[in-house]
Formats: sequence, C-alpha cells, structure tokens
Amino acid sequence: MRMKNMTQNQTQSTSANKKISTYLTMIVLIVMALAVTALLIAVETYFVGDQLAAGVLAGIGLIALMLSVFLLYQSKLQSAQVKIEVPKVMTTIECKCGGKTVREFQRGDYVYKELDVPCQKCPTTKQMITAIYREIKEKEKTFNV
Amino acid sequence: MSLIPGSDSSITTIISLLSYVFFIVLIFYGQRIQMYVMIREVENSLHKLRHIKEEGRKNAIDAIKEIGKPTVDPSARVDRYLEYFTIGPQGMDPAGIVNKLDHILDVRDERLKEEVRLMAPSSDETQVNNLENTLEAAMALNFIYKVVRHYYIQGKKTLSLYVIMQIQMILPMVMKEAEAYSSALKAFAYGQPIGDGAGPLVAGKLMQGYETRKLPKDCVMATVPIEGRTALIIKAEGPGGNVGKPGDAVEAVIEENEGKIALLIMIDAGLKLEGEIVGEVSEGIGAAIGGPGVDAYKIEEKLTKYKIRNYAVIVKEDIGDAVSPMRREINDAVDKVIERVKAVIQERTKEGDKVIIVGVGNSIGVGQ
Repeated sequence: MRMKNMTQNQTQSTSANKKISTYLTMIVLIVMALAVTALLIAVETYFVGDQLAAGVLAGIGLIALMLSVFLLYQSKLQSAQVKIEVPKVMTTIECKCGGKTVREFQRGDYVYKELDVPCQKCPTTKQMITAIYREIKEKEKTFNV
Repeated sequence: MSLIPGSDSSITTIISLLSYVFFIVLIFYGQRIQMYVMIREVENSLHKLRHIKEEGRKNAIDAIKEIGKPTVDPSARVDRYLEYFTIGPQGMDPAGIVNKLDHILDVRDERLKEEVRLMAPSSDETQVNNLENTLEAAMALNFIYKVVRHYYIQGKKTLSLYVIMQIQMILPMVMKEAEAYSSALKAFAYGQPIGDGAGPLVAGKLMQGYETRKLPKDCVMATVPIEGRTALIIKAEGPGGNVGKPGDAVEAVIEENEGKIALLIMIDAGLKLEGEIVGEVSEGIGAAIGGPGVDAYKIEEKLTKYKIRNYAVIVKEDIGDAVSPMRREINDAVDKVIERVKAVIQERTKEGDKVIIVGVGNSIGVGQ
C-alpha cells in the first residue's frame, strides 16, 4: 500500500496557503472598481458622441480590469500550488544472456544486486539490477542563447 | 474639473479625483505597497515550506516506525534530532583546523548514527545509514523553513524593504532546494540511488566481478586490471546511504603502495550551470570532492607529497538532481564516464602502472 502511495503522483494542498494579504487585495479591488467605473464612463461618453474619449477610457478600463483579474488569479494559483510530486522510479534488471526487464522500484532494490528470480530465457543464470532511475516527463525549457 | 475634455458629468469628476488620489497614494506609499507584495510572496512560500517541512518530518517518523520497529513513539526524539546543530572549530589560529574539523564531523556522525540506532532498534547498518540520510534531509528542510521564517518575521516587524528583499530575491533558489530535499526524503527512506551517486555508480560498475575489501572509513576497494594497468577502485560502501571518507581511503591506499601511483582519477557529480545539459560528462584537474573540504585536503596533501597527478571526471547536474532519485540521463552517463576514464588511463599512463580511481558521492542504492 505504502509502495503504491509512493509511486502515485501525490498532490497535497494546504488551506493555510489561501491567505491573501488584505492590503494587496484592497489595492486590487480599488483598481478593479476604478476600471469598472472607467468602462461605465466610456459607455456614457460614447452615447454623448465623443468616440475618441470613449475609446481611451474603454482601453484604460479594460487594461486595468485585466491586470487586476490576472493578479487575483495569480494569487489563487500560487496558493493552490503546494504540490510534492513523487517521481516514478524504475528498476532495470539484466541477465548475462542479454535479457532485460524494466519494472517499478521495489523496496530492497539496489544497483548491482543479484536477484534470485531466474531469467525467463536461461533459468539457471542469476539476474542483476543494473540501473535504478527516474524518468522526467516534462522537458526542460530551452533558451536559444 | 475633468480628465476627458468635453465630458463634464459628475461621475467623470469623481473618477478624476480618485485617479489623482490614487496617484498621490502611489507616490508616498509606492515602496510600502511593493513591500507588501514581497511579504505576500514570502508568506506564500513560507506556507509551502511549512507544509514541505511537516511532510518531511512525518515521512521520517513513518520510515523509522516502519523500518526500525521502535517500542516507543520516536516523534519526540525526531523533533530533538531536527534541532541538532554543529559548531565549527575556532579559526583564530588556523594551524591544524582541518584535523579539528575532521574530529568534529566524526563526533557528529557517530552521535547522529547512535541516535538513529536508538530510534530504530530493529534496523541493520544499511537501514541505519538510510534513516540517517532521511533525517538529515528533514533537518535541512527544518532549517530552511526556520531561516525563511526568521527573515519574514523580521521584515514584518521592522517593515524594512531591505530585510524582506534579501529573502525574496533568493526565494526561487531556496524553494528549488527545499523541493529537492523533499523528494530526497522518499529516496533516502526507500534506499533509491540519488544523483550524487554518479561516482559510486561508475566505480561499482568497474568493480563488478572483482573481490572487494574494506578501507577506512566506510569505503571499499577492488583491484581491477584496465588496459594493462592495475586500477585500484574505491567507493563508499553501499547500498546504504553513505559517503564514506574517501580522503582516508585514498591516503591509506597511497601509503600501502608507498606512493607508487601513476595517476589518481576522481569521478563525482558536478554542479551544472543553467543552460548546460544534465548528464553531460566533463573532464578536468584537481580533487573532485565536495563537503567541508577535509577529504580534499587529505588527498591533496598525499598527492603533493608523492607528486601524483590528479584528474577529475564529473557528471553535470543541478542541486535538485543531486539529492533526488537519480535521473535517467545521469544513469546513462556511466558508460561515457568509463570511456573517458579508460582514455585518460591509456593516454597518461604506461602499461604496468598503478592508478587509483575514486567514485566520490553517496552510495545509497548502489552496491559493489
């Protein structure tokens, strides 16, 4: 059971992380309110007939609104990111005949350990663990410099 | 008064006023707002660190209970262990400081191992080593958490941008290290090879099929013929989590052979710079060994005494890879390292010469 738990990608989160600074939230909310107001004025100005001013106000309002929403979203995202990933570790078993098996790591495995489990091709020969490694699923970001 | 020419509604006036107020607030409180943003960032990371640290403690206790079968709850002892500290030797008169540091490290190692034996009475020597490594990873996590918390609280208390900035600037690296230790905890508890074990992995492969004997301290050696030369291959004894004392082992082997060694090749995991590839093999000169410097000092002393040349081969990886389960790229680098070592032996020594090859690093999950 423990083994199973270990090999599964465990994700754990804590509610404590949902704390967001009051000050920052306040500032973001003020900016949001200003953005909404700017958008309302933009509509009003548009009906008055000043399309240029309406456009400027709508632009400012939208940018401010997007930025504040993004900031709030980022805060939530950061809070939810408490994850401890346990990678999948594989064991490679080889026989002198060239037979090769790859299976999940089991407790007690170590590199260069001779196993009592006989090879399927040549049952008289002992097999050996030749490698224990973890696979990286995501490729690292590359920068063309 | 309006921001938009031609628009004079009351709502426009209000928004204009609010904009001015907001601008003035930013002028006077801009730095403070910046500080709150930083404090919030540190606070988020601190919560994450606390979670990682508590998970680490829990994992260590679970591993002790499962492997060591203690009769009493080891939690209190684990908590005490996590708070252990080591005081370095006084450096006002630096003469002989290496031996003093060596002694302190020996005492520390013995003390910690003894604690583990008391916590986990049913564990064998390999398991004691693995549990000790597990607890050391938990100890590192505890320390990282406490240091970040210190700066966070100090920053909040003093409301100084510069106090909080110090920790905020290095936070990405600190978090990376903490995450690496967190993944190392499981690796240590289960006895999986880690990235730092690249050296012992190469040495173990070269030793295969040859008899080994023990060397001081916690090291093993095999005599292997390579390309017509005699290679004396040394590594920390595995498969328990153990780095041994390669300094003492190399010293002993050089003295046994009365200094008649043509070459010393050290294989270790080396920290890569960003942009370099994990598992890349690189060659150089010098004592390729990390730690507090005691082993490097001992090796350099002997090499200088007998004028022995020293080459180093490293497998590149970052700090996260070094303490977490071994990546496939590092494992695949073993054959490349062996090729390099053989090439160095062929090019730099004559047939019949004796060479020492040391696989430096943690032997966890790597036998011989």
